[in-house]
Amino acid sequence: MTTLAAVIGVGQTHHRAKRADVSIAGLLREAIDRAMADAEVTFDDIDAIVIGKAPDLFEGVMMPELYLAEALGAAGKPLLRVHTAGSVGGSTAIVAASLVEAGIHERVLTVAFEKQSESNAMWALSIPVPFIMPVHAGAGGYFAPHVRSYIRRSGAPDHIGAIVAAKDRQNALKNPYAHLQNPDTTVESVLASQMLWDPIRYDETCPSSDGACALVIASEDAVERSGIKNPAWIHGTQMRSEPTTAAERDQVNPHAGREAAAALWKQAGISSPIDEIDCAEIYVPFSWFEPMWLENLGFAEQGDGWKLTEAGETRIEGRIPVNMSGGVLSSNPIGASGMLRFGEAALQVMGEAGEHQVDGARKALGHAYGGGSQFFAMWVVGADKPNH
Amino acid sequence: MTRDVAIVGFAQRQMKEFDGSPTCVELLVPIFAELFEQTGWTKSDIEFWCSGSSDYLAGRSFSFVSAVDAIGALPPVMESHVEMDAAWALYEAWVKIQTGLVDTALVYGFGKSSAGQLRRILSLQMDPYTVTPLWADAVSVAGMQARAGLESGAWDQDQMAAVVARSMSDAAGNEYAIRSKATTVEDVLAQPVYADPLRRWDCAPVSDGAAAIVISAADTPAFDRLPGPAAWITGIEHRIEPGALNTRDLTVSTSTTSAGAAAGVEGVDLAELHAPFSHQELILGSALGLGDDVRINPSGGALTANPMFTAGLNRIGEAARQVWSGSSQRALAHATSGPALQQNLVLTMEARA
Amino acid sequence: MTDAGTLHAPMKVEFDYTRSLGPTLSEFMTGLKRRQVLGGTLSDGTVAVPPPEYDPRTYDPITELVPVSDEGVVQSWAWVPEPVPGQPLDRPFAFAQIVLDGADRPLLHAVAVEAPDQIETGMRVRARWADETVGAITDIRWFEPLDDSPATTPGAGDGEPVTGIVAPVHLAYDFAASPEESAFFRGLAEGRILGQRCPVCEKVYVPPRGACPVDGVPTTTEVEVPDTGIVTTFCIVNVPFLGQRITPPYVSAYMLLDGADIAFLHLLLGVDPADVRMGMRVKAVWKPRDEWGTTIENISHFEPTGEPDADYETYKVHL
Repeated sequence: MTTLAAVIGVGQTHHRAKRADVSIAGLLREAIDRAMADAEVTFDDIDAIVIGKAPDLFEGVMMPELYLAEALGAAGKPLLRVHTAGSVGGSTAIVAASLVEAGIHERVLTVAFEKQSESNAMWALSIPVPFIMPVHAGAGGYFAPHVRSYIRRSGAPDHIGAIVAAKDRQNALKNPYAHLQNPDTTVESVLASQMLWDPIRYDETCPSSDGACALVIASEDAVERSGIKNPAWIHGTQMRSEPTTAAERDQVNPHAGREAAAALWKQAGISSPIDEIDCAEIYVPFSWFEPMWLENLGFAEQGDGWKLTEAGETRIEGRIPVNMSGGVLSSNPIGASGMLRFGEAALQVMGEAGEHQVDGARKALGHAYGGGSQFFAMWVVGADKPNH
Repeated sequence: MTRDVAIVGFAQRQMKEFDGSPTCVELLVPIFAELFEQTGWTKSDIEFWCSGSSDYLAGRSFSFVSAVDAIGALPPVMESHVEMDAAWALYEAWVKIQTGLVDTALVYGFGKSSAGQLRRILSLQMDPYTVTPLWADAVSVAGMQARAGLESGAWDQDQMAAVVARSMSDAAGNEYAIRSKATTVEDVLAQPVYADPLRRWDCAPVSDGAAAIVISAADTPAFDRLPGPAAWITGIEHRIEPGALNTRDLTVSTSTTSAGAAAGVEGVDLAELHAPFSHQELILGSALGLGDDVRINPSGGALTANPMFTAGLNRIGEAARQVWSGSSQRALAHATSGPALQQNLVLTMEARA
Repeated sequence: MTDAGTLHAPMKVEFDYTRSLGPTLSEFMTGLKRRQVLGGTLSDGTVAVPPPEYDPRTYDPITELVPVSDEGVVQSWAWVPEPVPGQPLDRPFAFAQIVLDGADRPLLHAVAVEAPDQIETGMRVRARWADETVGAITDIRWFEPLDDSPATTPGAGDGEPVTGIVAPVHLAYDFAASPEESAFFRGLAEGRILGQRCPVCEKVYVPPRGACPVDGVPTTTEVEVPDTGIVTTFCIVNVPFLGQRITPPYVSAYMLLDGADIAFLHLLLGVDPADVRMGMRVKAVWKPRDEWGTTIENISHFEPTGEPDADYETYKVHL
């Protein structure tokens, strides 16, 4: 690595089911302008832009970054467009970080978005393919059988998913940007909600949101020349992919996620994640994925993730706080959801997470996954420069 | 400052209509096999995979996901994807090597343009509020660009015809070209005008295809095992212009000029330019300041086969082949994306003793 | 590639997108609804139509909109000999860049003329407005030569501010199955389930694949498997959605056929969803033979056989 890199600015929109007050460009600029203000920079200071979003079919625009060049402040500059399914928000931030780490640029603006109200995600993800049985029913329909497998494999009690959903919705109340603001959500109310894709209940699913997230990533030199005293230093980044389906592929505890996490901990000099990571923003679009990913990431042994959840250890005051922001379960602009995890991790170690700040957070994980649990992107950020 | 990286493998397929799935897995499998043959490497020598493709070309979300099958991605791989021509995937891979995290990469692109109506689908790249509702198709947008230059005196029909004649004649030596035969300027001008001011031959044929390139850092043991020659990357830069057509001078390509200046175009003896329309080659040549002594598009270029999302990567591969064979000492490759040459990438490479 | 080629079928991707506009575009569209064209003043002082949302040089929002004429001059044009669906005219016409009086930068729109020799750069044209305007760029149906006819709908209309547009995106594709899948679907047309074995790992894929996802080589050796197997895992779909072809509730289950090494999703019927279990033995229920085609839908659904469930240990690697 040629130089260290750090997040010096984080911005996000107020995520809502439908942001009827803005165009696609306006939505992006809300996040970008906030990130640049946070980083105390203007477009003049930005060397390159990296943008990510999930499928173009969501907004019905082919490669929207082309028409968005002016709104992104990209005209005259390098612009890259990343698309790695649901993990894209994380992958996009990693590509932006690599442009700085490689010594190519000093300051890179990265942004990810989705304006889901322009269409309907269930439609876009379930367009019937000829010759194939049309049983597909969106992301929930895809993941529900694998959640069932997890429950069978781990022996987790039925209410674990509801604990996650209630916790994340309560955390969202501390986050003014979060889409869902439901003060009355409890474990009992989640359990009482409609079964949508059995075993996944309505309140255990993520909403469909309009939203965007932007980060400004700067080189060590640029950080030192800036007025930013609390950057989030990037300690490691990893991406791994595997096929959607393969004979005997582990769909519950995917190999790609395990391998990415192991590489990440090594890169960041971490030997015991649960002891050394102060908090984690993990991509949990359906509640049960919290215990599943706790195991996949190595915070718990296989089959034990749900025990951390049940014991309350993933609450903000717990041993390993997860999704302090309310997570994907409370805001889900799909393309941006991964970058929101990466950005929230940065906010924690910058000490700027407001009411959902974890006391004394020095090292945080940002995590995203996509496709059929096959694309993984993750990073570790820290309040201190990495010492390796 | 930058790490020495070379292009060490290239394989491609181009065809009028690919009789297979839009995921192009069946096309990629033999291409990867060909690359392993060229390099003597196996899958485990590849530390990073990066691809370029488009969901709208395939007509479905996450169309790139199945392509991962062609890799054989268990154990898992470090992998990424851009919704751009794979030339930009190569840029991402080059950056990854520059960070030092990986030493080698295989970059691939694929697309089946024939699955839909390409010129209409590309109107989805325009402003979705004020232009796409008119379905301003890609050929019409290029036609307005061509006329702007014809009427301003920036170029004339003879020059456009000369580009076509040279491209089609040169393509006779390219087994993957779709349009190829010895052609004169007179032959071209004798063709009827189709989308006035464009003749059909001024427009790239709708093409399907896939392509892949292997790049490697010099300072890795895998590089030392390579049997063949290398084309060393000396510069790689890209820029984008505004999306609003009415804020651009369509007769020039400022983004190509600035990318070329940053990449360093001095001394190139050969250029593979990604020009899907004949007049666009003239724009690019001027933007890069290429002299008459620079050999342009010996492959026949995009006018003879333009598989979307790989045609730019193909320019890099074709230029590298010329460097490998000793036909070029210093070559330039260019890729474009977006309406009327909106976004452009310039890569320069050289032979080394 | 098989001799018979691959199987093809039409595939439609159709949605009417609902776009919210934000301030600049909202003002522009509201103008159109009132049959008033507005341009945006850029940082260089020029007026552009339509107004860009953001300035190409300063990247600041364009907030100052000014009225311009609905008449202007053709700056460049291209003939459209074969219009595609959705374009302003369904007969040959020209797309043109038109500098409206009062603007400096051209609007891209259609010009209705019969032949390319009826249009030229420098020609004056006028907007032909729709009889009913909604606040969309298509409120101008097209432009036409100025001397053709009097203006169709003089004067500005009223109308509430426009905050959104509907943008239909209807695309048609020719979908092709891979050669391996085509062989599978052709087998189904004969009532046979044909998987293929990977030559490297020897796993049997049903359906077969263009590449074994583990080894990256085509699956090759044909293996016929029976239409019986087990449910590995499943979900019960209770949620209705646009484009759905099976009425909920239904059980979507991974079926692992006997002799196959990978499960695929299909429909499970003939059992109360509450009684479905992982490991349940199932058998395909085929549609009447005269309804068969080259599709997995020849199997109407699967249903339980009543045999004892498979032991978890025997299928846990398939989860």
